[in-house]
Amino acid sequence: MPQQIKKLLIVFTIIFGIFFIIKYALKPKSFGEFGHYRGLAIIENENKQVKYVGTEACNDCHDDIVSYKKEGPHVNLQCEVCHGPGYLHIQDPETNKLIIPSKREKCGICHQKNAARSENNITQVNLKEHNVENKCIDCHKAHNPYEFKD
Amino acid sequence: MDPRYESLYEALKNVHGYIYPNEISLTWSILIVEYPYITGLVAGAFILASLNRVFKIKALEPTYIISLLTAFAFLLVATMPLISHLGKPLRFWEIMITPHSTSAMAIFGFVYLWYLMIVLLLEIWFDYRYDFVIWSREKKGVMKYVYKILTLGAMGTSEKDLKWDKKIGYFITVVGIPSAFLLHGYVGFIFGSVKANPWWSSVMMPVIFLFSAMVSGIALVLFVYMGINFIRKKVQNMPTLDSIGKYLFYILIIDFTLESLDQIHRIYEANESFEILSMLVSGKLFFTLGIMQITVGTLIPLLILGFFQFFKPADKIRRIAYFLISIFVLTGVFFMRWNVVIGGQLFSKSLHGFTTYNLGFGGQEGFLMALFWMIIPFGILAFLLWLLPPWKKAVH
Ligand code: HEC
Ligand code: HEC
Ligand code: HEC
Ligand code: HEC
Repeated sequence: MPQQIKKLLIVFTIIFGIFFIIKYALKPKSFGEFGHYRGLAIIENENKQVKYVGTEACNDCHDDIVSYKKEGPHVNLQCEVCHGPGYLHIQDPETNKLIIPSKREKCGICHQKNAARSENNITQVNLKEHNVENKCIDCHKAHNPYEFKD
Repeated sequence: MDPRYESLYEALKNVHGYIYPNEISLTWSILIVEYPYITGLVAGAFILASLNRVFKIKALEPTYIISLLTAFAFLLVATMPLISHLGKPLRFWEIMITPHSTSAMAIFGFVYLWYLMIVLLLEIWFDYRYDFVIWSREKKGVMKYVYKILTLGAMGTSEKDLKWDKKIGYFITVVGIPSAFLLHGYVGFIFGSVKANPWWSSVMMPVIFLFSAMVSGIALVLFVYMGINFIRKKVQNMPTLDSIGKYLFYILIIDFTLESLDQIHRIYEANESFEILSMLVSGKLFFTLGIMQITVGTLIPLLILGFFQFFKPADKIRRIAYFLISIFVLTGVFFMRWNVVIGGQLFSKSLHGFTTYNLGFGGQEGFLMALFWMIIPFGILAFLLWLLPPWKKAVH
């Protein structure tokens, strides 16, 4: 065998070796167990830490707000849609504060005029025209926006 | 205007006729235009080099190594436009770790690797092995060791060793030609097999891609060869330029014929998509197809090259003409890819409307990114020419 081939064979063996090691090391452990996907995909997702807990969980401590919110048009909104994921907060409310969405844009996420949304589903105001000087929550109570602050 | 309609108007400005909502913005951008373009340049340059080696065309000899290095420089970048188009570019390697045999894209990864590692790298290595040995003896300092490593330890310089270099190199070339066809035919196949798109779905696609690839590759080698001579202040070798021009002419004719055949077939067949496609061609694609691809990229070069086959004006005129032609053809083929990739997404699947492609300037899929990936290969080529100067190769 010519020496070139000999040397090339060595080099290629090394390259393929590295490739297979990488392939072995990086391939997700349960891949291919049942088919062309991670066998443990569902369990892996099941084991992920919970982030959202739902309105019922807030009721334990903020029952006043929960029942107050029920009186207004925001009745169907989850608390966490505005305040962000609450799992850590319910474990330890003192250290894990939630977001207070006080900016106008936050309300605008849902209420901004948008031709692609139907007015029948959500009431819309033009953020550039509707009482531009103030924050929304200077007038509307966030949890029951039909009621106004003094 | 009522601001509530503003965003809708913004979108609808780009739309003519009836179109489904998910067709308004294009998912395959200029980067996907660049990907078949660059792969085509690689395959074309390589095929030129191989024909040169297999058929031993004396006049083309000075371009042999240059074509190989050009092909290599562009091949290293060929997948980059694809990768930078991904939503998560850093996860690109996953396609290689868990490839699926029914995924055209995953298999492309292996076709690409085969071509890069087995064909191109090896061919260049066998061409240069003897020179590496010589250079590792002559050079001083770090470069001595760089060349030594590049020999991979095969230091033999006897008659017999050289004969083996030649023999195996030749064998790789012979394997390489179908591989290059495979590489680029495959790119055409990926488009041609999108059966839902009447502008793409055609069995001719791989063949057309292949021939336009050869056209662009030859033009690129012409461009690079003239550029190198210019930078090194060497006289342009007219017989070489003439014979590259001759091959460019032949392949261009075949390419043009095949593409026309595809269109004529479409016109004669005139199936339900014909109306929208003819509106596409005479409207949205008029500039890129009619002017850039056909006129600038094909007809003008064909006329001039054809003229040169019968009359030989002064060297100086031919030199300038060849240089311009190489740029024209390169531009033309770029727009051919553009017309395929972008053109195929401009009309609605309803066959009743069009959208518009707005090329952004910056950003992940903008003009700058595309330009970046077009410039890098020339940088790599410059580096390769410095590391492996063809003009310092020993004659053997
Ligand atoms: C274990 C009882 C408990 C539960 C359950 C709980 N909270 Fe609280 N939350 C508190 C306490 C106590 C405070 C006051 C913390 C402070 O001011 O330091 C508070 C404060 C807040 C604040 C104001 C934070 C601030 O920066 O002033 C918000 C908003 C809030 N909670 C939202 C929620 C939401 C939404 C949920 C449901 C996902 C929830 N909480 C569930 C006990 C709880
Ligand atoms: C529409 C978005 C929205 C929803 C839904 C919402 N909040 Fe609030 N929340 C706010 C805003 C805005 C403030 C700040 C109000 C202010 O400063 O006047 C706030 C303030 C609070 C506070 C701080 C104390 C207070 O009363 O100002 C608590 C606690 C709170 N929310 C709990 C809840 C709970 C529990 C729910 C679910 C029942 C909930 N929020 C649902 C937007 C929301
Ligand atoms: C997650 C989406 C969401 C956010 C954020 C939100 N809202 Fe609402 N809002 C609703 C929904 C849903 C309704 C009930 C449907 C309706 O009547 O439009 C509603 C109703 C209202 C209404 C009554 C409209 C009517 O005439 O029926 C007012 C006022 C209002 N929201 C104000 C606000 C303000 C102020 C904020 C910011 C603190 C806010 N909303 C944030 C979803 C949202
Ligand atoms: C200066 C006080 C003030 C501010 C600030 C304000 N609003 Fe209002 N908003 C009102 C009053 C008063 C009404 C009821 C009269 C009306 O329809 O104009 C109202 C009505 C609404 C309605 C119901 C409109 C309808 O057609 O039924 C929505 C939704 C609303 N506001 C959302 C917002 C949002 C979102 C913001 C912040 C971007 C905001 N508002 C800021 C005072 C205010």
